[in-house]
Amino acid sequence: MTTAVRTRGSQRTGIDWFLTFIRVVLLSVVVFGLFAFVWQQFDNQNPLASRINPDATGLTADQFKGLLVTGLSQGAMYGLIALGYSMVYGVLGFINFAHGEVFMLGAFSGFITSTQLDAAGWWEDYFLASVFFSVVVAILVSTTAAVVMEKVAYRPLRGSPRLIPLITSIGVSFFIQNAVIVLFGPGAKSYPRLPEWLTDRYSILTFEIEGTKILVLVAAAVSMGSLWFFVERTKTGKAMRAVAEDREIAALMGIDVNKTIVTTFAVGGAMAGVAGILWGLLFKSVIATTGFLPGIKAFTAAVVGGVGNLGGAMAGGVSLGSAEALAPLVLLEPLGVNGVSQLRDAVAFTLLVLVLLIKPTGLFGEKLSGDDRA
Amino acid sequence: MSDITTQVDDTIDTIEELTRGAFDLNWNRVLRFGNLLGLALVFIALSGMPVGLDEREIVDGVISLGYLALLTFPPILGWTVGKEIVLEGMSATKRGARDVVAGAFVGALGGLWMSILVLLVDNFNLRDPLVNWSPALLTLMTFSRSTGFGLVSWIILPGVLGAAGASLHLLTPRLRRAVMAMVLTVISVSIFQSLIDDLVGGIGESIADPGRLSEFFGEGDTPRPRVDSVFDGLIDFIYAQRGGLTVAGAIALALVAGALSLAGRGRIAKAKASYNAKTGPERTRQTAIMIAVSTVLLIVLPFFTGRITQDLLANVGIFLLLALGLNIVVGLAGILDLGYVAFFAVGSYSIAILTVTDPPKSWPDWLPTLDGQFGWLLALLITVVIAGVVGLFIGAPVIRMRGDYLAIVTLGFGEIIRILLLSDWLGGYFNAAQGITNIPGADFGPLGEAKGINPRSIFYLVLVFAAISIYVSWRLEHSRLGRAWMAVREDESVAEAMGINTVNVKLMAFVVGAVLASFAGAVVSAKVGSVFPTSFLILVSIIILVVVIVGGMGNILGVLAGSFVLIGVLGGPRQPGLLAEFSEYKLLIYGALLVWMMLQRPEGLIPNVRRSRELHQDEFLQDAWLKGEVDPDDDHEGPATEVAPA
Repeated sequence: MTTAVRTRGSQRTGIDWFLTFIRVVLLSVVVFGLFAFVWQQFDNQNPLASRINPDATGLTADQFKGLLVTGLSQGAMYGLIALGYSMVYGVLGFINFAHGEVFMLGAFSGFITSTQLDAAGWWEDYFLASVFFSVVVAILVSTTAAVVMEKVAYRPLRGSPRLIPLITSIGVSFFIQNAVIVLFGPGAKSYPRLPEWLTDRYSILTFEIEGTKILVLVAAAVSMGSLWFFVERTKTGKAMRAVAEDREIAALMGIDVNKTIVTTFAVGGAMAGVAGILWGLLFKSVIATTGFLPGIKAFTAAVVGGVGNLGGAMAGGVSLGSAEALAPLVLLEPLGVNGVSQLRDAVAFTLLVLVLLIKPTGLFGEKLSGDDRA
Repeated sequence: MSDITTQVDDTIDTIEELTRGAFDLNWNRVLRFGNLLGLALVFIALSGMPVGLDEREIVDGVISLGYLALLTFPPILGWTVGKEIVLEGMSATKRGARDVVAGAFVGALGGLWMSILVLLVDNFNLRDPLVNWSPALLTLMTFSRSTGFGLVSWIILPGVLGAAGASLHLLTPRLRRAVMAMVLTVISVSIFQSLIDDLVGGIGESIADPGRLSEFFGEGDTPRPRVDSVFDGLIDFIYAQRGGLTVAGAIALALVAGALSLAGRGRIAKAKASYNAKTGPERTRQTAIMIAVSTVLLIVLPFFTGRITQDLLANVGIFLLLALGLNIVVGLAGILDLGYVAFFAVGSYSIAILTVTDPPKSWPDWLPTLDGQFGWLLALLITVVIAGVVGLFIGAPVIRMRGDYLAIVTLGFGEIIRILLLSDWLGGYFNAAQGITNIPGADFGPLGEAKGINPRSIFYLVLVFAAISIYVSWRLEHSRLGRAWMAVREDESVAEAMGINTVNVKLMAFVVGAVLASFAGAVVSAKVGSVFPTSFLILVSIIILVVVIVGGMGNILGVLAGSFVLIGVLGGPRQPGLLAEFSEYKLLIYGALLVWMMLQRPEGLIPNVRRSRELHQDEFLQDAWLKGEVDPDDDHEGPATEVAPA
């Protein structure tokens, strides 16, 4: 499925002009929105603002920081999920659409463990130990889910046309989502109450940050660090990189490709499990469809950062999270769009289109094996 | 495909067969299948399916749909465990007691899981996370008797069923077909109860009182007075009072089906082969006769059926329209468009806004006022144009992307369109979450009006659009454009080297798909009379995808079969099917079906010949090579049998 790359100097067709037009329109919306925002910050009765957005108030510094922190902490979770997409895409060259469901299973198992611990009275008394235990359970569940998925649904399809495993993964995602609905009921499940020291706000570098968000950011950083160590400094990580580079040559070098692929799924699943628990602690509830949108957005983050590039995935997640939190208020509101908070998801998807149109290899470059580069 | 399988079957007879002892089993395989069965049974039990479906009887007093959901699995896995792939030139194992023993072990092992579940449900309460962990489940699992009875019977019953499934291996293919026909007839006659009851009753009433038919040309909404149908006796014999078949009816049906299958002796297959063998004008004539007969049958059908059946068929037709469109995009051009529902939404909203008499509250001044001044047909024309343009706009940015990126980006577009329709920002145009209501029906002037309160008119509307779409799909598939689509699907670089403008060809697929989806949107607006953003979730795209894939990508007949079987029986995202009780579980089943089809039969139930050859290229080459028909280094053209034997 190699796409024809238009070489420089070849004939520009109608579609190229159209694509250029879309790029220009999208970029000018961004630039114009930023301009309107900045002007509005200085003077919210300026001629432009009074014309297109008469009740503009602008954002206070605290609001802006609050949005940024929210965006960053959500983005950190997108990043953690994106790692799974990115690694699997790097190794197998296909989008594991069901990875969002792996994340959801992590959040769900976290809900079950934490409520059981809460019922036993341990959640309040030994909070840190309980959270640690929940994280371990979530990692186990998510890892198992990812590995089973690989074994049952994807391994038999290795080597088939590219879209076949993608369609299968859509089916897997659909199945897991609805299996959770029929087993555990369709309603939202609430996590137990968090201790006060976690819900309080702390002031760090003039930023007022809730404890949960600090926890999310720290946990994401720790997970990312250990993943980096695993991939770059251990032998298994080296094998993973080799398989991602060229599966056949790696096999010739004596690397067990199947085992490495399973490891890749497992590590991706573990990251998604951590993200699931963090999601539960941050938003305090989980439903069966929790995995769908964050899953797609995490894929977007992986593309934004450059597929196959682990640092890129994390950076992409953080940028996507902050763009999603800030763009509606910073770009769209000054342009006179009302009800901007409804458009958050649309902003994320538009960002995906924008990145693919302007820099298809992502902000930090793709790391893919020869066949998958396009 | 079929000629190759028969080839393999022939060789089995000629090669000396191995005989092995009854307990000389492949224990690993037995254990794996048994545990798989156990997992499936426990999952189904905990999903609440058996309890929820227990109300619906299959055979009155013998088995309900709930038990059927559990008990179909032991025979199937008992059969599968004995399946063997016989390689060319290898000896096949002789079928014998060994297979039955394996089936029994698989069934019993799976049943053991259920026995353990019975014990657990009896002694622990896990209702907190698992919502279906209830006394009702225990009652069902113990067959309303003591726990001990449940424990023992859950080992014996699946064991026996597994053995029964496995013993099918011992029968001759003809007998096996007869047994399958018996089982399937009983189950499907029971599942199709409301449809058969309605249809047979309607025909019977018309025979009893032929004058009734003439009344129907008038207003269709007047309820018909009940007349004694001539088939009342038959219906009462087959179906029990509280739903499901009577025992006598089930036995009679099974006997009739078995006898027909034995008497038929593969006549259907022969007729099909002779039809396929024909060429030229004779084949055209036969095709024309078949199409004419089915058209006449479909036109007269609503005279004999009630509103519910007509409504059901209209829903099937709407999803058929959508599936035909997606079939062009995914099946022919090989573009995985996951945001297909966007075009459906665009079609529904466009025609709604163009025909509605009271436009959205804050309809902007700079747009022409809308008060339904367009006729329905003109509005449809504009809708088609809008859908085509949206197809171009969504298609253009994604057309050069990798196939899998394209899938996610189109999914994103599908969500963007839904979010925009739902947003307050564009609420002036689309009424946000309130949606657009009071949409008038499709007005065809002297021919009458098709609207929701008259399901028969909607049925005909759907029929006309389905006919148009099928014709368009069929002509396109065999046109220059259709061949270009298939070339792009199979290898884009080669297609480009052959002089195909791949970008334009793919864009055309998007546009044609969008137009067919807008037809469905127009029909839905006329049928339901209102549109809401919540009707256009990604879920809809995925269900249409399942319909296309299960039916057979790239094959119109396959898509037809897929929509009838899936939408008709299980139902659409919101529309009930014949198994209305399944509504809670249908999405689960859709997901499972999608995975299962991709793993076992990616070409679908009724495959497109070229597509399935593409998916099984290795096997085709291997078979041909084994028969010495091709040089392995040479890519061969056409099916293996067309090559002259060496």
